[in-house]
Amino acid sequence: MLVYADNAATTKLSAAALDAMLPYYTEIWANPSSLHTPGLRAAEKLSEARERTAKILGCEAREIIFTSGGSEANNQALVSGARAGEKKGRRHIVSTSFEHHSVLHTLKALEKEGFEVTLVDVGKDGVVDAEKIENAIRPDTCLVSVMYANNEIGTVQPISDIGRICRNKGITFHTDAVQAVGHVEIDVNKENIDMLSLSAHKFEGPRGVGVLYAKRGVPLTSIIYGGAQERGQRAGTENLPAVIGMTAALEESVKNMKENNEKTSRLRDRLIEGLSKIPHSALNGSAVKRLPGNVNFSFEGIEGESLLILLDDRGIAASSGSACASASLDPSHVLLAIGRPHEVAHGSLRLSLSHLNTEAEVDYIIKCTSEVVERLRSMSPVWRDLESGEKEFMLK
Amino acid sequence: MALYSDTVMEHFRNPRNVGVIEDADGVGEVGNAACGDIMKIYLKIDDGIITDVKFETFGCGSAIASSSMATELIKGKPLSEAMQLTNKAVAEALDGLPAHKLHCSVLAEEAIMAAIKDYYDKNGIEYDEDTFKKYSHSHS
Repeated sequence: MLVYADNAATTKLSAAALDAMLPYYTEIWANPSSLHTPGLRAAEKLSEARERTAKILGCEAREIIFTSGGSEANNQALVSGARAGEKKGRRHIVSTSFEHHSVLHTLKALEKEGFEVTLVDVGKDGVVDAEKIENAIRPDTCLVSVMYANNEIGTVQPISDIGRICRNKGITFHTDAVQAVGHVEIDVNKENIDMLSLSAHKFEGPRGVGVLYAKRGVPLTSIIYGGAQERGQRAGTENLPAVIGMTAALEESVKNMKENNEKTSRLRDRLIEGLSKIPHSALNGSAVKRLPGNVNFSFEGIEGESLLILLDDRGIAASSGSACASASLDPSHVLLAIGRPHEVAHGSLRLSLSHLNTEAEVDYIIKCTSEVVERLRSMSPVWRDLESGEKEFMLK
Repeated sequence: MALYSDTVMEHFRNPRNVGVIEDADGVGEVGNAACGDIMKIYLKIDDGIITDVKFETFGCGSAIASSSMATELIKGKPLSEAMQLTNKAVAEALDGLPAHKLHCSVLAEEAIMAAIKDYYDKNGIEYDEDTFKKYSHSHS
């Protein structure tokens, strides 16, 4: 059996998205900036796609910037917020300790320039307390950036609350919604979001395309210099086929969201229930404030990369927060941020489901994971020490 | 592209010499769970020959494969020969390890040396301190 359970990494392109894209490689392939008829036709289609995307996000077309994806959108959002801030003498940014690296590393770069960054702690349930964000805001704060949903543990953040706080204080609020768009209902106006990043391939769209939404009046800074595309805010020939595919995927995922989420969250809960039966294991992050497809578990006494490879041997594609799985020395910063000790963070497994998964697949994952965890524990000196009582279990 | 060589995968899937020797003559444990890998080697030594060897490993696929290969390389060998085992030899026998996984073969070498040192210490056998000097940093 082949089971794809890594939808937080990327999703399979939907048939609707692919069908929508193909004519843009074969027929309407001209450059939207060209002044000839084929170019103008492409520009018209680009403009339509912008309107359709704006309608879904609840904003205006002129507030949509097409980017190369989520990382670029996050980079540009933070740099823009920082540049606008420093013009007013404000050089302090508030974010959280478990953001995606495209946010954390951009903040690091801004710190080197002299900006001050406060990373607010995350609760053990993987949810940020809006009040802590409010308390971290200072008179010189220019930007708050909090992810909509976490990419590793799938916890959904109190974005409306944080949006309201920032709006009341007149501070620009950005959210990295890469994992949330297409899976959670989002309305940028109702939630007082000033900037939002999204990426098409997380909701069955193509890779290499995303959006930065920036509310009218929020000034953007170019991070790619060149032509005057995207109203001078993002240089580079527009990737029209990808934009079209993204728009089709977005419309489809939003249209089917309720139905998909009902199915996916049922599968998720079945998987959580099954994996919970493995002794000394624990779900990472809140079971309730959670994306419909995300399951993230820690298993004590084993290491995640070996778990991942033995699951792959059985046809299951998953992901791990173990250091060995990532070629870095430290285990997942997200699991450390929610208070998991290093040992436990190393033994983690992320299974991210979609509406394409089935109950039979979930049952197969449960069966294989139970077997593989047991097998790895049987050769683990750490597990021996835990079982013999020489060391204390951290997960009950 | 495969993450590991076929040999690494074969030893990872079917590791040799997994387990514990209850009445081991020498036991060596290196690594740190917080860092993501711990290796424990048990030796049975008779007349200067390693007659049996077992291992337990908490770690990634290459850590388990390195333990398996290292135990195979010293099984039935005289101690003097086992002490010549290098991490390079372990990695080569596995048909190579990815660069960021080479430390797994280093751990295997260290675990074996720690087990031999334990045997010497337990039996009051004298040895040149320098032999184990390069391993004294190993965190257990």
